[in-house]
Amino acid sequence: MAEHLFYFLIFPGLLFAGVAGGLLSWFDRKVTAWVQFRRGPVIMQPFYDFLKLLLVKETIAPARGSVLTFLSAPVAGMFGASISAVFVLLPAFGITSGFRGDIIVIFYLLTIPSLSWIIGALASGNPLASVGASREIKLLIGFELTFLLIFATVIMKSDMSISLYEIIARQQESGALIGSLSGVLLFIALLFCIQAKMGMVPFDIAEAETELSEGTFIEYSGPPYALIKFTKYIMLLVLPALAAAFLLGGLPLTGISILWSLLKILAVVLLLTLIRNTNPRVKVGQAMRFFLIWMNALVIIAIILSRLGL
Amino acid sequence: MGIKSLCLKKSLWLFHFGGASCNNCDIEILACLTPRFDVERFGMLLIGSPRHADVILVNGSINKRDEQRLLEVYEAAAKPCFVVAIGACGCTGGIFAEGHTFAGPVDRIIPVDAYIPGCPPKPEAILAGVVKLVKAKFG
Ligand code: SF4
Repeated sequence: MAEHLFYFLIFPGLLFAGVAGGLLSWFDRKVTAWVQFRRGPVIMQPFYDFLKLLLVKETIAPARGSVLTFLSAPVAGMFGASISAVFVLLPAFGITSGFRGDIIVIFYLLTIPSLSWIIGALASGNPLASVGASREIKLLIGFELTFLLIFATVIMKSDMSISLYEIIARQQESGALIGSLSGVLLFIALLFCIQAKMGMVPFDIAEAETELSEGTFIEYSGPPYALIKFTKYIMLLVLPALAAAFLLGGLPLTGISILWSLLKILAVVLLLTLIRNTNPRVKVGQAMRFFLIWMNALVIIAIILSRLGL
Repeated sequence: MGIKSLCLKKSLWLFHFGGASCNNCDIEILACLTPRFDVERFGMLLIGSPRHADVILVNGSINKRDEQRLLEVYEAAAKPCFVVAIGACGCTGGIFAEGHTFAGPVDRIIPVDAYIPGCPPKPEAILAGVVKLVKAKFG
């Protein structure tokens, strides 16, 4: 029991994932600054933002709308994200949780943050928030199928193993999955799915700062918004770690391979940042078409290629 | 300095309220937020919702229609929240002070923490004003 609590609250759950994800979010903002030829924020910036929201600012509850749902949604989102952090990071770091079939649980857990934000936004009674929530739902419908197909292909490529630990162990024996043509296609599709899951720029239609002024999060202030920020930090670690576990051969923490693991995560985040900085925001219909037609086609080609042994 | 004021000082999020301005102040504020001046190195960020605001930048003269909006925005902001009046119009009313729709300079409607005069103030002057505000509030 104590061991499980430690996994959940400290390593690799809540605390570790939040701090590491906060540093990644600093990396993301710093690279953005470099792309625009400026200096960018200091390394502590994500933590200043988080602590300011948590300790200093007041919480404003909506006058119309369900206050309880509004305030509990960010908490639910944060716990969903940290449980998924435990499930993804333990096998990725090479610690077996002895749980076969965790890959299916991971798929469900990773939707909890978006889902709880949608519920929170709809409970706030703000029209802009509900527009944001409906856009987020459409986006979910768009990319979830691609995301599921990626999971299925990875399972197929690892001889129908549904344990993340085994998938990684297999890759460490016989080379990472990205070494094959189908692996490369999967990686591309997964990158765009992560982009959509994080609400990063080509797919930030739900937050659309210019038209919806933060959309889903418009009504949140103070500590609940701090929890949302924290959840985003955790997701910024978990999703690249998932990509590393699926296709890049995991994140082993022994000896010199720590450096490799760090480089893998940084490389994935760097790619996400560069995509985010070089693209405009797409429309809802464009985003759905992009996933439902093009990305699904890409993954199906990857499935066919993997059947052919490529 | 306690951890609270340190965090607030290092992460001021800006909300821009444009009143009935001649539009020059808006342009200078936006210029101030471009990569050239890079306010993000001080932890400042332009945000879209007054709920997340730590500083409200108000520019332009406030006429009778804006008055209500400005009050609403100020009340929607999560406290603690500072107000900075930008430009001659924001500080005193400027060339619009005699107009028949004029509802008063910003400080007659909501409490103002810093004034940045100029018509329009340069981006450097706006930055200097915000830095002075930070110094006055947090030492
Ligand atoms: S202060 Fe001058 S530049 Fe600024 S809005 Fe007023 S008239 Fe325009």
